[in-house]
Amino acid sequence: MSAPTAAPTAAPAALTLRNVTKKYGALVAVDDVSLEVAKGGRHALIGPNGAGKSTLFNLVAGGLPTTSGQILFAGDDVTKRSAAWRARRGLGKTFQHSSLFLSMNPLDNVALAAQRVAGKGMSWVTSSGRRNSEIDDLAEQCVADVGLTDRSHIMTGNLSHGERRQLEVAVALATRPKLLLLDEPAAGMSPAESQRFIELVRSLPSDLTVVIIEHDLELVFQLADRVSVLHLGGLIADGPADEVREDPAVQQAYLGEGSLEELFHETPVPPDLPVSTTSAAPTEEVAG
Amino acid sequence: MKPKLSSALAVLSVLLLVAVPLVFPADIANTLSRVLALALLAVSLDLLVGVSGMPSLGHAAPFGVGAYAAALVARDTTSFAPVPLLVAVVAGGLFALLTGVLMVRTKGTYFLMLTLAIAELAHVLAQRWEGLTGGTNGLYGIPSLTLAPGGEPVTLAGVRYWWILLIFLIGFAIVWWTSRSMLGRSLRGLRDNEERMASIGYSTFWLKLAVYGIAGGVAGAAGSLWVAQNRFVSPEDLAFEVSAMALLAVVVGGRGRLWGAVLGAALVTIVRDDIGASLGGRGPLLLGLVFIAAVYLLPHGFAGTNWRQLFTRRPQEDKA
Ligand SMILES: Nc1ncnc2c1ncn2[C@@H]1O[C@H](COP(=O)(O)OP(=O)(O)OP(=O)(O)O)[C@@H](O)[C@H]1O
Ligand SMILES: [Mg+2]
Repeated sequence: MSAPTAAPTAAPAALTLRNVTKKYGALVAVDDVSLEVAKGGRHALIGPNGAGKSTLFNLVAGGLPTTSGQILFAGDDVTKRSAAWRARRGLGKTFQHSSLFLSMNPLDNVALAAQRVAGKGMSWVTSSGRRNSEIDDLAEQCVADVGLTDRSHIMTGNLSHGERRQLEVAVALATRPKLLLLDEPAAGMSPAESQRFIELVRSLPSDLTVVIIEHDLELVFQLADRVSVLHLGGLIADGPADEVREDPAVQQAYLGEGSLEELFHETPVPPDLPVSTTSAAPTEEVAG
Repeated sequence: MKPKLSSALAVLSVLLLVAVPLVFPADIANTLSRVLALALLAVSLDLLVGVSGMPSLGHAAPFGVGAYAAALVARDTTSFAPVPLLVAVVAGGLFALLTGVLMVRTKGTYFLMLTLAIAELAHVLAQRWEGLTGGTNGLYGIPSLTLAPGGEPVTLAGVRYWWILLIFLIGFAIVWWTSRSMLGRSLRGLRDNEERMASIGYSTFWLKLAVYGIAGGVAGAAGSLWVAQNRFVSPEDLAFEVSAMALLAVVVGGRGRLWGAVLGAALVTIVRDDIGASLGGRGPLLLGLVFIAAVYLLPHGFAGTNWRQLFTRRPQEDKA
């Protein structure tokens, strides 16, 4: 529908948001956000609780319809496409609250993604019990990448919280995404687990674009080259990580006298949030 | 259970079933024929409910459609056994696909209510469309099936039973294979977490429609077996009671374990028709009691119960 006005000179950004808005009744959860994520970028999206970060991810992934605005993948307008269509086009997403297949083991969780990628998601002639190297190699690789090989035959419902967070990433990786959205992937991981996770993200191919929501700013500045700051649904800063870190406007806008680090780690946790997903654990490490 | 042990048990059960007409009188074979037809219905329903997480209260509809289709073909065209069977499979499957296009867009309770509504519509249609279905009188005078084109009608209960057993086994194998295939893994994914299935790129609409169609086709086959045995079909065969019995069989047997549905169907049919009959029409009451007892004593059904643990220790809180 929209005219393909992208300038032919530069390659289109991996992800483009144009004036994206999401309203829940009177509440504007995402307020007129325009943003570009460069191909191969490591982009962080930060902001206090309730800023609208997860909502924005959900709009990009197609789990929620936008109220207005446009979303483009590599220059193509996908605003009206379903979540499944976007996933097939190369969008992978993890969920802030783990969303897994609890009655299956981790290997089957990942194999579900791998078999879809192999075009066998609806195959009646292929057995899921017999080894299929195309699918099982990819599944085992992804399970190994997040360090769950030893746990790959335990029912997912019996995994620990941190293990589920890792499996969450493995499932998204197994879709072989071009654009990967990670929603607080390390929240609730042990220090060892999040160290492994940082190494995993660093080892991802450089043509894969990664956008990460994370409250742990230490982790953000280790991984991201660009940072966007969301506050009350609106974008208040967007730029290279170093600049945003120093940006007095960002600090002033919602820190007052304090530093950026303090904001995120001393945000009071709303009582209705599950304790496990808060930033309580990472707080101590950063402070120390 | 070890795979070797369970395949040995499967082979043994099949051999025992095959031997039934050689050992027992004809009325046992007749009873078992009816049990097998309803067991196939229950197995196809378990593919929806237990494997794919799509609880249906209207599975008698494709069963009844298959039964009427088989009856009409056998009466008007040929009673050569495979023909009414295949027509019933196509009729049940098509019916499921056509109604499924609407239904699989809904979830949970809405899906349940819609399956119930469609089955009730089919029931009313069977009563009213007298030209085709014979109305409330049903279709009777359906010839006995033949095992060769234009051949002699089968009169021996044992031979008819063997035909029904063969089709039951093929139908069971198809459903079992479906649940083991990659499609089956996707169906279990659908049951566990539909949202995540969409987010990793599955079209949940096509998945659900596919399984709905397969379950409908197998239910249609079960309907044709029902007619092959009874040589009569009436609107009662697609009434709510049949759907409820099939669902009861699945729940009692243990959702998602296909062989559990077979045991459940046997229990439900025998309680209703044989024990119930000797209690002067209190079969449904007895069924209700069986259901309550099963839900309280065996919340995971026959097949989902760890029997050894049940008898050696107090049952522990186990994970669903
Ligand atoms: N389905 C919904 N209906 C109404 N309001 C919603 C809904 N989902 C989210 N919100 C509101 O939208 C705002 C943004 O929520 P969102 O989950 O996107 O924040 P977030 O930045 O991800 O926060 P957190 O860091 O706590 O995960 C919040 O005020 C939230 O209460
Ligand atoms: Mg969030």
